[in-house]
Amino acid sequence: MPERAPPTRRDWSWRSQAFRGLVYQIIAVLAIAYGIWYLTQNTLANMEARGIQSGFGFLAGPAGFDIGETVIPYDALDPYWKAFLVGIFNTLRVAIVGVVLATLLGTMLGIGRYSHNAIVRGLCYAYVEFFRNVPVLLQLLMWYLILTDVLPPLIDAISIGGVFFLSNNGLVFPVPVWGMGQLLAGVGAIVGIFIAWYYRRWAMRQFELTGQVRSLVLAPIAIVIAASLLGWIAGGAPTAWSTPEIDGFQTRGGATATPEFMAVLLGLVLYTSAFIAEIVRAGIASVSHGQVEAAGSIGLSKTQSMRLVILPQALRVIIPPMTSQYLNLTKNSSLAVAIGYPDVVSIANTALNQTGRAVECIAIIMAVYLTTSLSTSAFMNWYNRRAAIKER
Amino acid sequence: MSAVLEPIKPRTAPVKTEGLVPWVRTNLFGDWRSTVVTLAIIALAVYLLPRLLSWAVFNAVVAPNADACQAARGTGACWGVIVEKFRLIIFGRYPYEQQWRPEVATIMLVALLIISCIRRFWKPWLAALWIVVVPAFFVLMGGGWFGLEAVSTDQWGGLPLTIMLATFGIVLAYPISIVVALGRRSNLPAIRSLCVIYIELIRGVPLISVLFMASFMFPLFMPVGKSPDVLLRVLVGITLFSAAYLAEVVRGGLQAIPKGQIEAAQSLGLSYWQTQRKIVLPQALAMVVPGIMNSFIAIFKDTSLVTIVSLYELTGAMSLALNSDAEWRPFKIEGYLFITLIYFIFCFAMSRYSLWIEGQVGRSKTR
Repeated sequence: MPERAPPTRRDWSWRSQAFRGLVYQIIAVLAIAYGIWYLTQNTLANMEARGIQSGFGFLAGPAGFDIGETVIPYDALDPYWKAFLVGIFNTLRVAIVGVVLATLLGTMLGIGRYSHNAIVRGLCYAYVEFFRNVPVLLQLLMWYLILTDVLPPLIDAISIGGVFFLSNNGLVFPVPVWGMGQLLAGVGAIVGIFIAWYYRRWAMRQFELTGQVRSLVLAPIAIVIAASLLGWIAGGAPTAWSTPEIDGFQTRGGATATPEFMAVLLGLVLYTSAFIAEIVRAGIASVSHGQVEAAGSIGLSKTQSMRLVILPQALRVIIPPMTSQYLNLTKNSSLAVAIGYPDVVSIANTALNQTGRAVECIAIIMAVYLTTSLSTSAFMNWYNRRAAIKER
Repeated sequence: MSAVLEPIKPRTAPVKTEGLVPWVRTNLFGDWRSTVVTLAIIALAVYLLPRLLSWAVFNAVVAPNADACQAARGTGACWGVIVEKFRLIIFGRYPYEQQWRPEVATIMLVALLIISCIRRFWKPWLAALWIVVVPAFFVLMGGGWFGLEAVSTDQWGGLPLTIMLATFGIVLAYPISIVVALGRRSNLPAIRSLCVIYIELIRGVPLISVLFMASFMFPLFMPVGKSPDVLLRVLVGITLFSAAYLAEVVRGGLQAIPKGQIEAAQSLGLSYWQTQRKIVLPQALAMVVPGIMNSFIAIFKDTSLVTIVSLYELTGAMSLALNSDAEWRPFKIEGYLFITLIYFIFCFAMSRYSLWIEGQVGRSKTR
């Protein structure tokens, strides 16, 4: 009996895996395409039936609403696209400040779980368990209530050292008067960062070539500080500060963090730091004790073993989940809509109610968050590759 | 030869390392820094605790009496607001005289969930129980059958709605997530990219935008004149959202299965689906039970967002109960603390369970 050859890959029969795969894929793509076509048809029919206009043309029209806090100049006569831009900046502002603060607080709490002091350990544990088990929206609402309801009105604001004033109008704090000196200091800092980065690369290469240890942390920081100081002096070394004064029902001078901003920030930072603390704790726990002992036996000091042995290994475990926490914080900042902080969701919501263009407004929200998420994860993936284990 | 016996000098007893006093010595006053921290925290507690206790306990008003609460304002908590508004907070706008229905339905559903969490009950009859309890839940809540008065879904609210959204969000998302996770690891490029696009698209946007979509855009998607119920739309939104996150959890389990398992299955002549169903999924899904539990906790917390699209679950019912009543509105903070406690109890219990199940899952690996 002649043996039949097994079906080859290019066999156009149902028994060929490749052929079946092709059929499945065509079916899947057609089904999805049909679904999208069906939904689009319905949407168009509905829009026509309800007389909803579509298109992004409305973005050029005047927005007609005021926004409580803006990073860029804006007033009610400006077009919608500018209102959205204000919203995006507000989202980014709270997200960036939030990520920095949550990382600091979360890292401290995570390391606190390894404290020699039992009370500190217990408090860190209690903090983490409490804050991560309560919905972040509820926390935002509660902070907002405390900041607007429990704090005194501006006229009897709580004064901290006579320069910070805390009231239900927010926190008023002094800021330096913006001028040439500050601008040049900023430029100096940027130049300093570049110099410091090159210095650090050079120092590392020198270390690998000759074994001479050069300062890799303090010296670059000193370079940055010196460069910005130089810029500041070159700008005439201005020392003027705009300090706030309370005058009846309003403040003069200084800058104000509104209760909305502070509530969103507090809620997001306290919630996310609980998750970051767990990630840091798990990261440190993942470095085996033998590594620490080995570092000690080759004569590294405690800080050296932390910096050169434990942290680089812990970071590998920490970075991927940390990325998703940063993204979560950014996405959770959309809850600001519940307490009226004018982030992009809140602006889009107002625009949606005014113009009725649901599809466009929701598309803008999604596009903003998708861009932020994808670029953050691209950056963190790049950083992760740098920190990942180098297997030779 | 004579040797003089020289007894060894008696050594002092070793420092005790067990018991309360040594524990305090090493854990609270280990070195000077630890001592300073301990003392500082004790000082802070001595300063804060009496004030907190006098606010929350000694000066608190428990009776539902708005005047007494108003008088104690600033010095004592007003727990009376919870006594007064208890049913509004827990059941939302559900008709007052019918509130035994959500009560019974929720207790049934929670009991079912607890039973499903216990290993001893993982038997075929559990599936049958689900098939009985889930329709019973909806009949009790919605009415219209067996002489029960019909209650439309926009009147559902409070804790029953929270538990319902979380439970069905996860239960419905689970099968979708398995299919999507398998699709993401498939060899077929079109299917793989469809799954990747779905997962990354959903994970890249906040839940609130998905809910906005459910509430504003789903009505446009349907044929003209037909618009599904808002609760159903939100449930679909939550399901699609949690399916993307669950799919990543399941994918983690799939990736942890050694390739040898699949190769062995193939060499036995099992087809793709046989391999997945009999070899890969049983191992992978058992491994990711803690992850699924964490997703469940996340969804339970995230259901609080539906209040933004005007469904009054626990958080929304609380705001609704107090915002509509000028007399009690000043005591919102006590109301918030109350629902905080409810959320905390649920989520904390679930996270403890998740830790326990982690140990259970790992048990098969130990010999």
